[in-house]
Amino acid sequence: MTLPDGWEMVVGLEVHTELKTRTKMFCGCRNEFGAPPNTHVCPVCLGLPGSLPVLNERAVELAMAIGLALHCTIAPSTFHRKNYFYPDMPKDFQISQYDRPINANGYLDLIDHSRVGIERAHLEEDTGKSTHLGGSGRLHGADRSLVDYNRSGVPLVEIVSAPDIRSSAQARAYASELRAILIATGASDGRMEEGSMRVDANVSVRRAGQPYGTRCEIKNLNSLRSLQRAIDYEAERQVALVESGEVVRQETRHWDEARGVTATMRVKEEADDYRYFREPDLVDLAPDASWVQRVRSGLGPLPAERRAALLARVGEVSEAQRDAVATVIDAGRDEVVRGAIDRGVDPALALARAANELESEGPAVSVDAFAETLLMEQRGELSATQSKAVLAALAQEGGDPHAIAAQRGFERLSSNSLGATLDEVIDQHPDEWRRYRDGDDKLAQFFVGLVMKATRGQADGKAVIAELAARRG
Amino acid sequence: MLRREDVAHVARLARLTLSDEELDLFTDQLAQVLEHASDVAALDLEGVEATAHPFGLVNVVRADEPQPSLDRDEVLAMAPDVEDGRFAVPRILGEDQ
Ligand SMILES: [Zn+2]
Repeated sequence: MTLPDGWEMVVGLEVHTELKTRTKMFCGCRNEFGAPPNTHVCPVCLGLPGSLPVLNERAVELAMAIGLALHCTIAPSTFHRKNYFYPDMPKDFQISQYDRPINANGYLDLIDHSRVGIERAHLEEDTGKSTHLGGSGRLHGADRSLVDYNRSGVPLVEIVSAPDIRSSAQARAYASELRAILIATGASDGRMEEGSMRVDANVSVRRAGQPYGTRCEIKNLNSLRSLQRAIDYEAERQVALVESGEVVRQETRHWDEARGVTATMRVKEEADDYRYFREPDLVDLAPDASWVQRVRSGLGPLPAERRAALLARVGEVSEAQRDAVATVIDAGRDEVVRGAIDRGVDPALALARAANELESEGPAVSVDAFAETLLMEQRGELSATQSKAVLAALAQEGGDPHAIAAQRGFERLSSNSLGATLDEVIDQHPDEWRRYRDGDDKLAQFFVGLVMKATRGQADGKAVIAELAARRG
Repeated sequence: MLRREDVAHVARLARLTLSDEELDLFTDQLAQVLEHASDVAALDLEGVEATAHPFGLVNVVRADEPQPSLDRDEVLAMAPDVEDGRFAVPRILGEDQ
């Protein structure tokens, strides 16, 4: 997407990330996604009178880890009350940080080597979750909302970028890199679809060299793809408005994924008068040098460094392999890939198998087991299908790849018996064989499929194709 | 000087409906409160550093250890209205997410 000549978009992103703590920000209720509604609530997170907040140490440390990874300055900070009325906020205020955030003035370098400034990354608490009923023809409760306070008080860090972003692709790259950092620091699981990472985009347009235009804030961006589409749509909408002599109104807009448009949610008004004032129930946060140092020394290598180390082993990568690299980094499997390559596994094979075949909630697969499985595959002792099955078993329950292969009867067919099976299959499908022989290459996969079926997956697809080609002459 | 519009604005933010008489009454009363607070401005604070909090404490934190939450039935018994284990509240117009 490109804007008309002479126009540029100016984008800043606000990313809210839920922190992976065991408990909430100011009380000992569990921080757990998906629990039955209102089972993780107490007087503090329900805003009952007389209850007092006490800050979660782990939340502070995760916030500092995010700040350090983003090259921010960690400064003495203060908590404020942000006052507004909404049923998902039972106290009628949200505890946040205002003029003195814990982290400020950092930056994030993207894969394309562009740099995006980080204005601040501050601590605050999440709200409850409301579900709006009605509009669906449901009679009962059509004018009501239902509220679950399990999420109320879950620790958040809000990361505010500078308005340095100039394209939707750059916005996506920023969100993607930030997500990798949040996962790598252990601060968050980065799941956009579950709402543990939420992105709002501030978008404005201007003619090159002119001052910033009026910005709109876009909400409801539940995936990186939505983020990119919404920014493109919004920038084009604003340019069209201005070019037709109208003005952009400052407002909050909602991204409608199905229709592919943004629509007015609410116009900036007095409801945004939050009357921030210091939270009198909390004292200041002023991490000393030794606390900061402790957090810093707990930080592992960051995604950019790990990616560089991985690419140094893999070499030149294709577009599809770039996605595999991102998956491997996010999942923390890069060490396994590097180890396998060092043990003689083909880099492309190691990358593909690590990206696609190791998904598991179980134990991490060891470098030795991973490498040994792929070496067996390379030597032709396992077919691709069998190798994937061994990896799946390793990811589920661990073990020794040779033992798993033996236990499942994974023995590569000798070329004699492969040839015999193929001959049988050809005899049974004379028409297809004639078409293949006459040059219809698509039918090769048809025969591979039949041989796989006949051998219950023990044949090697590449060997079948070689046998086919040999028979065609 | 506190204006009547300021009081009306703050009342609206606090979701309070005030009659004309009440607006006059509260404008007068709040003005007196503010005037009283502004006495502080008369003090000579040259060289006195700003204090964030009356206690000289910082970094008061607790360990990230779960504590028991409340019983849900007990919690929902306090709600004016309940559906599906959740608090039922009047729908807020104009918000649709
Ligand atoms: Zn609680």
